[in-house]
Amino acid sequence: MRILNNMPQWLGLILLSIFSNAARAGEGAVSAEYKWITFAVFGSIIALTMAITYWAAKRTHTAVEFYAANRSISGLQNGWAIAGDYLSAASFLGIAGLISLYGYDGFMYSVGFLMAYITVLLVIAEPCRNIGKYTLGDILAFRNDPKKAKTIAAITTITVSIFYLTAQMVGGGILVKTLIGIDYEVSVIAVGLLMLAYVVFGGMVATTWVQIVKAVLLVAASVVLVVLVWAPYGFSLPGFLNGVVHYEGVQQQVAKLLGSAATNMTPEELGQRFLEPGLFLKSPIDQISLGLALVLGTAGLPHILMRFFTVPNAKEARKSVMWAMVIIGGFYLLTLFLGLGAAINVGPANIAALDKGGNMAAPILAQYLGGGAHSMLGNFFLAFVAAVAFATIVAVVAGLVLASASAMAHDIYVGVIRGDHATPDEQVKAARISTLIVGIIAIVIGIAAKGQNVAHLVGMAFAVAASSNLPAVLLTLHWKRCNTGGVVLGMLVGAITAIALVMVSPNMTYPKDVVKAANKVLQGEPAVEAKPAVAAQPGEGFVCELFAACKKSEPAKPATLARPATPGAVEKLATLSTQLASITDAAEIAKTRNEIDKLEKAIKKARDDLKQYEGKTSIVGLEKPFFLLKNPGLISIPLGFLMVVMGSLLYRDPHAAEMWDEIYVRQNTGIHAH
Amino acid sequence: MTTTKMNWRAIDADPRFQALHRKKSRFLWGLMIFSMIYYFLLPIGTAYFQEIFKIKVWGPVNIGLLFALSEFVVAWLVAYIYSRKANTEFDAMAQDIVNDAHNLGA
Repeated sequence: MRILNNMPQWLGLILLSIFSNAARAGEGAVSAEYKWITFAVFGSIIALTMAITYWAAKRTHTAVEFYAANRSISGLQNGWAIAGDYLSAASFLGIAGLISLYGYDGFMYSVGFLMAYITVLLVIAEPCRNIGKYTLGDILAFRNDPKKAKTIAAITTITVSIFYLTAQMVGGGILVKTLIGIDYEVSVIAVGLLMLAYVVFGGMVATTWVQIVKAVLLVAASVVLVVLVWAPYGFSLPGFLNGVVHYEGVQQQVAKLLGSAATNMTPEELGQRFLEPGLFLKSPIDQISLGLALVLGTAGLPHILMRFFTVPNAKEARKSVMWAMVIIGGFYLLTLFLGLGAAINVGPANIAALDKGGNMAAPILAQYLGGGAHSMLGNFFLAFVAAVAFATIVAVVAGLVLASASAMAHDIYVGVIRGDHATPDEQVKAARISTLIVGIIAIVIGIAAKGQNVAHLVGMAFAVAASSNLPAVLLTLHWKRCNTGGVVLGMLVGAITAIALVMVSPNMTYPKDVVKAANKVLQGEPAVEAKPAVAAQPGEGFVCELFAACKKSEPAKPATLARPATPGAVEKLATLSTQLASITDAAEIAKTRNEIDKLEKAIKKARDDLKQYEGKTSIVGLEKPFFLLKNPGLISIPLGFLMVVMGSLLYRDPHAAEMWDEIYVRQNTGIHAH
Repeated sequence: MTTTKMNWRAIDADPRFQALHRKKSRFLWGLMIFSMIYYFLLPIGTAYFQEIFKIKVWGPVNIGLLFALSEFVVAWLVAYIYSRKANTEFDAMAQDIVNDAHNLGA
């Protein structure tokens, strides 16, 4: 173990050298002369987490230390750690980005992510703390057949974690590349190695403290940015929003999003429209489905559930959720100002130019507030936000890997294979080896998924958690007749339905659409005639709103004006190239060259897309989505519950019925809680 | 940690436990249903009551924005109300049962 304990320092050195090389060679949003700042900031944060890991490794010798930090974490600390686990790069960068591009609709995500914790607080945290030991499998195995329950729980835990983790790895790789110019593969490997160091050596102790440090840094960075953005308006809400309404870039963005519907609107109406719903989320049924998956899925996320085993008792578990709600809620309130602040300082068009999804909104806002791309402070701010985003990804991945490794080692190896007869040493060894296996799988998947569309994976993780884990846990804890048959059937059907529906949903890549878009880029569009307004068309029933099997309702369409043909990129490039020869003004030449560069890139991308996708169908062989919602929750969650009920009624399991009194008394009183 | 075998059935049947169970269930599921309804009013409102959400009440601040912000307040209030009730009432009731658990049904 002594060699192991010195390993974090070695790993730290290796990683620092990767970053120092990249900092010299790369080309990201940070300009070259200030790379050293990026290096210094990344270096200090990595060094800090390595010091934590070194300290934690000395305190991690037994299974309860490895999986549950010896149940020594306080409610307040655990609240910060839950926030650290939950505030992934997607919520920090993604939501701020959505708000900066679409205004109000982006903020709706913030609300859902916070409301999710009510379920966790009221029906999950305390009972699970009283009943469980280390994993989701422990809770389900309490009154159900232990081997069956642990096997199925391990399968869904690993499935949910791998989906979530792949999205983090791919998103993180792209992000770090855009920000500081480290190669995608290097970034994925760096995230993987760092995370492995925390988990393998420091177990839950290191993972918890890394989450806490990262959450504090994230909140601190956001508070500073919001103060800088809001102060010019004297911290007045209407004053700030007036600034948003009257900003020309916002008005242009709304006009662009509304298209021909914006023709008769005044600039002020356009600006105000940014603060009204409907610019991004268009299908109400889809929103309700997403809402369901969010508020019920969070309570079924294995890495969040696992956090409740780190506190000494149910009361501290309650306190953890309270603190988590204060921190997470406060943070999501800040996203409104971060997003709108980025919109009025940087401009939606500039944000979208860096990243179509708006993910760069917060980092670029930081650079702007610090004094811009050519100032030292601006680059320090950018480097700081980039480093926090990087730490966020590493920490979230660490939590996910720990959850999957515990399912593999504690549920499958110790519980099922060894029949709960493993020695303490063997248990810790199994945990560390499982972590290594999961970590290596994560790195391999992360690299293999380069360039893939992974936006559906986080939704899929929440949907599987909500349709599979939550019904099983909730009914095991609260329904007398629930038993092994119900848990196995419900979890299988819930998970498979959720995954299958996402595979045929609009989230997947449909090559026909990609080919169409690529051709539009290359060849432009023909002229369009003016069209009269069309009234809303009723569909053929509710089922038709969900599946592409019959006629869906169509919303009313306003009249559109005639549009002349637009030239394709190929034609534009030819025109610009001939123009270039006749321009003499140096500034004009630079501008035209820049345009030509952009066009050439667009053409190359369109041609690559054509080559890759022409004549192909989606992964499951579809030309267009069969399931019409982006999130399957509306169908898969009720189905998951229904199957737990049906399976329980059809299956006879006297043990589960016998254990009801015990599980019910124990979850409410905490008697015999470990 | 005690390893004494408990008589779970007797504890479950104890009037004090039954009282805790009744009070807690009613309180928790009531709060849960209220929170869910309040939350889903937001997506329903943005989809079907856009005209109401667009009404400006405080400079450019409209009802939709205030409603979204009110969700934060409601979430925190629900958490506060629950934890107060749990800290002052449920914990004490549970502790009373725990203290007496070994004698029940022995």
